Amino acid sequence: MVESRDLGTSPDEVQFRFRDDEPVDHGTVTVDSCCDQTNATAVRIEPGDDARLLLPFLDRLALVEVNFPSFTDGRGYSAARILREADYTGELRAVGDVLIDQLSHMRRCGFDSFAPDKRLDEGDAARAFATWDNVYQRATDTRRTIADKRHEA
Amino acid sequence: MYQYDSYDQAMVDARVEEFRDQARRRMEGRLSEDQFKPLRLMNGLYLQLHAYMLRVAIPYGTLNARQMEALADIAEKYDRGYGHFTTRQNIQYNWIKLEDAADALADLAKVEMHAIQTSGNCIRNISADHFAGAAADEVTDPRPYAELLRQWSSFHPEFTYLPRKFKFCVIASAKDRAAMRLHDIGIRIVQNAAGETGAQFYVGGGMGRTPMIAPLVRDFVPIDQLITYAEACLRVYNRYGRRDNKFKARIKILVHELGAAECTRQVEEEFAHLLSVGVEPPREELARIAEYFAPPTFRHPSESWDLEQLQNKAAGDPSLRWDDGFGLWVRRNTHPHRTQGYVSAVISLKPVGGIPGDATADQMRIVAKLAREYSFDELRVMHTQNLLLPHVRIADLPVIWAALDAAGLAAPNMDTIEDIIACPGLDYCSLANARSIPLAQRISERFAQTGRTEVVGELKLKISGCINACGHHHAGHIGILGVDRKGTENYQLSLGGSEAEDVSLAKITGPGFDEDGVIAAVETVTDVYLDARADGERFIDTYRRIGMEPFKEALYG
Amino acid sequence: MKILTGNDLRSGAVVWWNGSGWSLFVDDAVDAGDASNGEGAEEILAREEAARRVNVPYAIDAAIDAGGHVRPAHIKDRVRALGPTVRRDLAVPTADKTGWDWVI
Repeated sequence: MVESRDLGTSPDEVQFRFRDDEPVDHGTVTVDSCCDQTNATAVRIEPGDDARLLLPFLDRLALVEVNFPSFTDGRGYSAARILREADYTGELRAVGDVLIDQLSHMRRCGFDSFAPDKRLDEGDAARAFATWDNVYQRATDTRRTIADKRHEA
Repeated sequence: MYQYDSYDQAMVDARVEEFRDQARRRMEGRLSEDQFKPLRLMNGLYLQLHAYMLRVAIPYGTLNARQMEALADIAEKYDRGYGHFTTRQNIQYNWIKLEDAADALADLAKVEMHAIQTSGNCIRNISADHFAGAAADEVTDPRPYAELLRQWSSFHPEFTYLPRKFKFCVIASAKDRAAMRLHDIGIRIVQNAAGETGAQFYVGGGMGRTPMIAPLVRDFVPIDQLITYAEACLRVYNRYGRRDNKFKARIKILVHELGAAECTRQVEEEFAHLLSVGVEPPREELARIAEYFAPPTFRHPSESWDLEQLQNKAAGDPSLRWDDGFGLWVRRNTHPHRTQGYVSAVISLKPVGGIPGDATADQMRIVAKLAREYSFDELRVMHTQNLLLPHVRIADLPVIWAALDAAGLAAPNMDTIEDIIACPGLDYCSLANARSIPLAQRISERFAQTGRTEVVGELKLKISGCINACGHHHAGHIGILGVDRKGTENYQLSLGGSEAEDVSLAKITGPGFDEDGVIAAVETVTDVYLDARADGERFIDTYRRIGMEPFKEALYG
Repeated sequence: MKILTGNDLRSGAVVWWNGSGWSLFVDDAVDAGDASNGEGAEEILAREEAARRVNVPYAIDAAIDAGGHVRPAHIKDRVRALGPTVRRDLAVPTADKTGWDWVI
C-alpha cells in the first residue's frame, strides 16, 4: 500500500488550474489503495487503472490525478470523461507528459488542472486552451456543438 | 454531395493555420521531430522513402469537378505532376516539401478539402460504397451516415491518442462493394421489418499482419443512436486496446482476445451508459446532411437509351468504334444504375503496364471536365484505385469513352486480372520489403499480350509490398505479399480471398518465389483454373470447389 | 563502410553525409565509421540533427562498387539513392548511369 507525499503532484507543480477552490495538498494514493481505505481523499490513476473502481468513493474525493506517462497513451481521456459522467465535481488533474497540443482535448474531457512534467510556455498554453472556436461532438464540457447551433430555433 | 457551411469552413481554415504554426516551430527547432511527428500525422504528412508524402482525404470517396481540378493544381504546383489514388479512397502526393505543406493545405481548404486525420492513431477517413446513390440494390445512400460519422470523429477529444489507427466503412446494401467486413468497424445501414432504419455493426475486422473478418456485434442499432454506439465501441477500444505491442494494437486483436461475446457485452454496457449521458447529435442534423445527397434530376428514360439500343446504334455507326474497344469497355467498365437510361462508368487507372492508381494532373482535369458535363458534377474514388463517374446517361457513353480513350483512361478491364490493386511498395514506401508496382506492370502486360485477360474473366489480384497489407492481398482471389528474404525481394502467393459479402481470407500456397517465379506462378494458377472450371465459374468459384491441392500440385510438383 | 543518410528537414529530400555537409548525391557519401579525427558517426548524427541540418538521420552499411560508386547495402537505401524504379524520369540526377543496374 502506497501513501506518501512522494506519489502525486503538489500544488506548486500545477501550472494551470481552472477552479476557484483551494488546491488540496494531500498525499495521493493509488486506485488499489483507495478502495481499501476509508479516508483517502486524493487518488492517482495510472493508464491501466479502471476509473470506474472509484465511482463508490467520488463523494469524498477532492482530487483525482490522471497520469500520462507518455502523451501518446490516450487512456486518461476516457478515465476523465468517465469520472465527470459519474458527477465527480472535485479537481481532475492531468499530470506527466502533458504538452501544448493536448491541453484543449484534455479540457474538453473534464480536466480542470494541469501539472506537466516540463513547464509550458504560458502564451502557447493560453492559445492552446482557446483552440476551438466551435466543436463538432459532445464531450464533458457543456459547450453547444456545431450541430446544436445549426438547429437552434 | 455535402457542402461546407461556415462552421465547417472555419474549422479547416483554423487547422491550416495551426499546422502552419506547428511546421514553423518545427523548422525553427522549437519542436523536436518526436514532438512534431504526431502533429504532422494528424494532417496526413508522412516522411517517406524519397520525401514527405501528403495524404489528402476524400471523404467516402466523393468529390466534384472543382475539387478534382484543385488536386491537379496541387500536383503541379507542389509535387511532380501526378497523384496516387489509394485503397481507402484518398489521394497521395509523394514529393511534398514541409515548407510548402501549409500552403498546399490552404489551397485544399479553399475547395473544402483537407488532410485531417488521414494518418496517426486516430479515426481515419470513413469509406463507403463507391456506387452509393447509384446502385439499384441500396436501401438508402450510405453517405449521409458517413458524413455524420466524419464530423463526430473530427478532433474528437477522447479519441485522439488511440492505441492505433481506426477505420470505418459504411454501406447500405446486402452486397458488399467496399470490403466492409475488413474494417475496424463496418456498418451496414438496413431497414427492419417495421420499416425503421438502423445499423448493423461489425467490429474487429482488418488486414495487416493478422487479418480478421469482423463479427457482427449488434444487428440493429436504431439510426438515431448510431453515434452513441460508435462512441461506445471507441471508448472500449481506447481503454482496453493493447498498447504494449504495435502489431497487436488494433481493435481486431481485442475482439479476438476477449472474444466477440465479451467484447459485445462491454460495448453494450458502455452504450447503455452513454445513452444516459446523451452524446448523440440532434436528429435534425442527419436530415440536414441527407438533403445534400438528394438524387440529381435524372432525365426521363424515354430521353435516353438502354444498353441494347446503344449496341444497335453502334452496329450501324462505325464512328462509335463498338468493335474497336468501345463495346468491350461498355461490357466491362459500366455498372447498372437504379435509374433507367443511366449507368455508372469506371475510369480505369490501370492501363496495361501502367502504375495502378496513378493519374497525371492533365488526366485529373480531363476527368473533372467529364464529371461536370456528364455526371452531375460528381466523381468517386474506388477502393480498387480506379475513379468513377456515378451517373452517366447511356446515350453519352460514346463521347465519354472517346475522351477517356484519348487520355489513356479507358482500359476495359474492371475486375479482370489487369485491374490489379497494388500498394506503392518499395518504390515509394519506407515500410515496404519489396516492390509491388513492377509486378503489377509485368502481370498486366503478360495477360494482355497473350489475350488471356478476357478468357480468365473476373479475377481480383491484389499485391502488398509488406505485411501491413495496404494492397489488401488477404482479400485477393489471388494475393501476393512481398517479403524480405535475406536482403532480396521475395513473394508469397495466396489464393481464395474475397472482400465481397462472401468475405474470406486468402491462404498461402507454399514457399515463396522471386519476381520471375511469382509471375510464372500467377500464370500457372490461372492455367489450373481454366482447365478445371465449370460453366460460368469465376476463378474464386473454381478455387472454392476444387480446393488448394490442384494449385499446389501445379506450382510445386 | 558506414555512411550517413537522412532527409532534409524543409524539403524532405534524401541526403548523404559528405564529410562537411549533406549532399543529394549518394556518390558524395563518405565513410563515417572512422573515428580517427575524434568524431564518430553517432556524434555527427547527433550534432547535425540538433542543428537541423538534417532530419531523422541514421548510419547504414555501404560499399564502393567496381565502378567506384557508393552502393548502399540495403535495397531500401538503394531505392532512396536513385528514386522510384518505376519512374526513372523522377530519378535523383546522378552521374552514375549504371545506377539502375544495381538498385535491386
